[in-house]
Amino acid sequence: MARTLKLRIWRGDDTNGALQDVTVDANPGEVVLDIIHRVQATQMGDLAVRWNCKAGKCGSCSMEINGRPRLACMTQVSAYGEDETITITPLRAFPVIKDLVTDVSFNYKKAMEIPSVEMPADLKPGEARMQQVDVERSQEFRKCIECFLCQDTCHVIRDHEENKKSFAGPRFFIRIAELDMHPLDMLRNRKKQAQEEHGLGMCNITKCCTEVCPEHIRITDNAIIPMKERVVDTKYDPIRWLGSKILKREDLIQN
Amino acid sequence: MTSPKLDRYKYDVVVIGAGGAGLRAAVEAREAGLSVAIVCKSLFGKAHTVMAEGGAAASMGNVNDNDNWMVHFRDTMRGGKFLNHFRMAELHAKEAPDRIWELEMWGALFDRTNEGKISQRNFGGHEYPRLAHVGDRTGLELIRTMQQRIVALQQKDAKEFGDSEKFIKVFAELTITEILKDNGKISGAYGYWRESGDEVLFEAPAVVIATGGVGKTFKITSNSWEGTGDGHALALKAGANLVDMEFLQFHPTGMVWPLSVKGILVTESVRGEGGILTNSLGERFMFKYIPDVFKDKYADNEAEADRWYLDQDNNRRPPELLPRDEVARAINAEVKAGRGTEHGGVFLDVSQRISAEVIKKRLPSMWHQFYELAGVDITKEPMEVGPTCHYVMGGVEVEPDSAAAVGVEGLFAAGEVAGGMHGSNRLGGNSLTDLLVFGRRAGMGAVNYVKSHGANPVSESSITKAAARIEAPFARTGGENAYALHQELQEVTHNLVGIIRTEVELVEAIEKIADIRKRSANISVAGTRKFNPGFHLAFDLDNMLLVAESTAKSAVLRQESRGGHTRDDFPGMNSTWRQVNNIASFDGEKVTIKSQQLPVLPKELFDLFDVHELEKYMTPEEIAKGGSN
Repeated sequence: MARTLKLRIWRGDDTNGALQDVTVDANPGEVVLDIIHRVQATQMGDLAVRWNCKAGKCGSCSMEINGRPRLACMTQVSAYGEDETITITPLRAFPVIKDLVTDVSFNYKKAMEIPSVEMPADLKPGEARMQQVDVERSQEFRKCIECFLCQDTCHVIRDHEENKKSFAGPRFFIRIAELDMHPLDMLRNRKKQAQEEHGLGMCNITKCCTEVCPEHIRITDNAIIPMKERVVDTKYDPIRWLGSKILKREDLIQN
Repeated sequence: MTSPKLDRYKYDVVVIGAGGAGLRAAVEAREAGLSVAIVCKSLFGKAHTVMAEGGAAASMGNVNDNDNWMVHFRDTMRGGKFLNHFRMAELHAKEAPDRIWELEMWGALFDRTNEGKISQRNFGGHEYPRLAHVGDRTGLELIRTMQQRIVALQQKDAKEFGDSEKFIKVFAELTITEILKDNGKISGAYGYWRESGDEVLFEAPAVVIATGGVGKTFKITSNSWEGTGDGHALALKAGANLVDMEFLQFHPTGMVWPLSVKGILVTESVRGEGGILTNSLGERFMFKYIPDVFKDKYADNEAEADRWYLDQDNNRRPPELLPRDEVARAINAEVKAGRGTEHGGVFLDVSQRISAEVIKKRLPSMWHQFYELAGVDITKEPMEVGPTCHYVMGGVEVEPDSAAAVGVEGLFAAGEVAGGMHGSNRLGGNSLTDLLVFGRRAGMGAVNYVKSHGANPVSESSITKAAARIEAPFARTGGENAYALHQELQEVTHNLVGIIRTEVELVEAIEKIADIRKRSANISVAGTRKFNPGFHLAFDLDNMLLVAESTAKSAVLRQESRGGHTRDDFPGMNSTWRQVNNIASFDGEKVTIKSQQLPVLPKELFDLFDVHELEKYMTPEEIAKGGSN
């Protein structure tokens, strides 16, 4: 039942590194992360890889498999041909720490730059009333498991370190969209901020982020495009934005 | 090897673990004006809390307004077979709704009822729909909300003080190897950065342990690599006790196929939403496994069970929704009797009962998980499921109100690592609110302690000792392989300390665990300190060995079957054993277990139950007493 698998795994650190050939057994139904663990346990005890849940829920085991940003725990070995060599490399958009582990602190810095949710001052715990249909829009974005594959694939920063300063990336565009569509959030100008402070304008809607999202979040269609459109709207009509927000709020809070 | 760098930090409180409990404790300490270090083994936001699927139990009464804290308290005690620390169960039931509403104020978006309130779903052992939820990814919502709450507090500090890390700093990918004590009290914690292997000293008068569970001690588990019982072992070594470590919850429904996903959780919501369990003969077998104590609450025929989904006031619940320990044992028995599936599980089917659309909406991650990992479309075909090691009820013995670890000044524990709350078996949904209720209380406990005790400097000898231990595996060559020893331990626990236990096997397990522990002192590590999983496992393994020893030694003593502890040689519950906690302590060499009387239920809580129900659990003397005054 077991098959012999040929792998090329990138090994090295921030100073240098290279692909190393490895041959290892694979059982039916196994995913790439299983194979990496077997290599670790039998051949390379110090092979560095991040992982946690092994069920596609935590977003830790992000790497590039044959050049595609993927979660290793959700990538079936059987998806590759019998004679195919599987090449495993670290995420390209982030600096390597060791082997398959990269420094993703960029994302945590960006998270810090996005203003948090601002609740209505008079709202008391337990009194919020929201309709399912209204929370669902933000819920789609809150499915994000922070695997950062969208960040990795985004060509604005993938090979352009210089853009990182002014570009938050798809993960944080959906964070801004989530807050913007949050029925209780009171902060104004989130779309404008996305445009002016977080580099939304640099995105040219190639949808690469949507394609790699393991949670199938429609990043481009449901977050980026609507924000781009409404940025144009509100630039000319800020009252309209405020009006809709206040009206909506009064419907939502129990009197 | 050149001696590694040592980073030194000073905080008021060090929180070990960045899951729901740890983050809630940190928020509480910060809001009281204290400085907090949050230490996590993984990246921030990846803690095992993220895996919780079904929901968070709180008697908000949004769906059925008959619900209140007393009903929740009763359900929790029944689920734990009355071995729970009553005060923890009481605090939990009373405070859970406030903790859920608080999450909403911090930005969480739960699913809604038609009236726009937080929706609540049915779950095993809960009398009313009680679990606040977000589809089947409630844990993700909880961890992200707490993570974002920490960020919000840091943003506030940046605005006010010009430094986002003035009061709260997150130390990601850092492992704590030692809790330090000086002058008989907590003085800090010591560990290493996983990335560089450099060492870190925290000087702090209070430490909150919130490290979660121990699943990786077992072969088949729903836990991630982090569930290695670190907090349990750190607490033991610091002089704290572990209570009732024999109680482990085997979740009835883990995936059984393909091999690589064996153990991954299939949420109880599948049954809450109407999923039924059948064996290879097509029998809906759970009707055969309703224990006497639950006969008046669970339907004994399909017609009534089916009616319950439409009319819960006039019908008894389907037996698929019995507490987890009952369902796990039933599945185990069916498979053992040769009525299992091809891959050694049973069938769980939701496709017959709910439309494909509703399944995808209510159970999106289950659909996704089975479709992508097993090639099974759960809207069309049944899942194959079997028991998986999911949760440890046992844990650090704490004072319920402050979450202070008994016996160690300055040490606190909350969440899965703490014992007592869930008795011999945890109800689904009680974990997420446990994290929040006792995370907050541990934070408060630490605040009060620090304010009344002040700093307690770390001595140089504590540092030297902790540093020497980290260096040791690198100094050896040609010693034992940590991966191989870990696998060996998992075989022992799986085969000898699993769902069904006997004295002979447990005695054998204790010997084997001792042998592995002896050999583990000779582990050598290849490579350098830099992000080296072999090095990391050497320390995780040491913790798992102490946990396994505590579990096996407690299990051999408890001569009864109750909740997450089933003895083939003592199949029934024994009301004398119900009055006893097994308390584990560590003398530096070995774990010893002593018996301790369980606190007596106070009269006002005793009176919440029908006395005939209590008669099933308690001795006639206890009943005659009617609780303490």
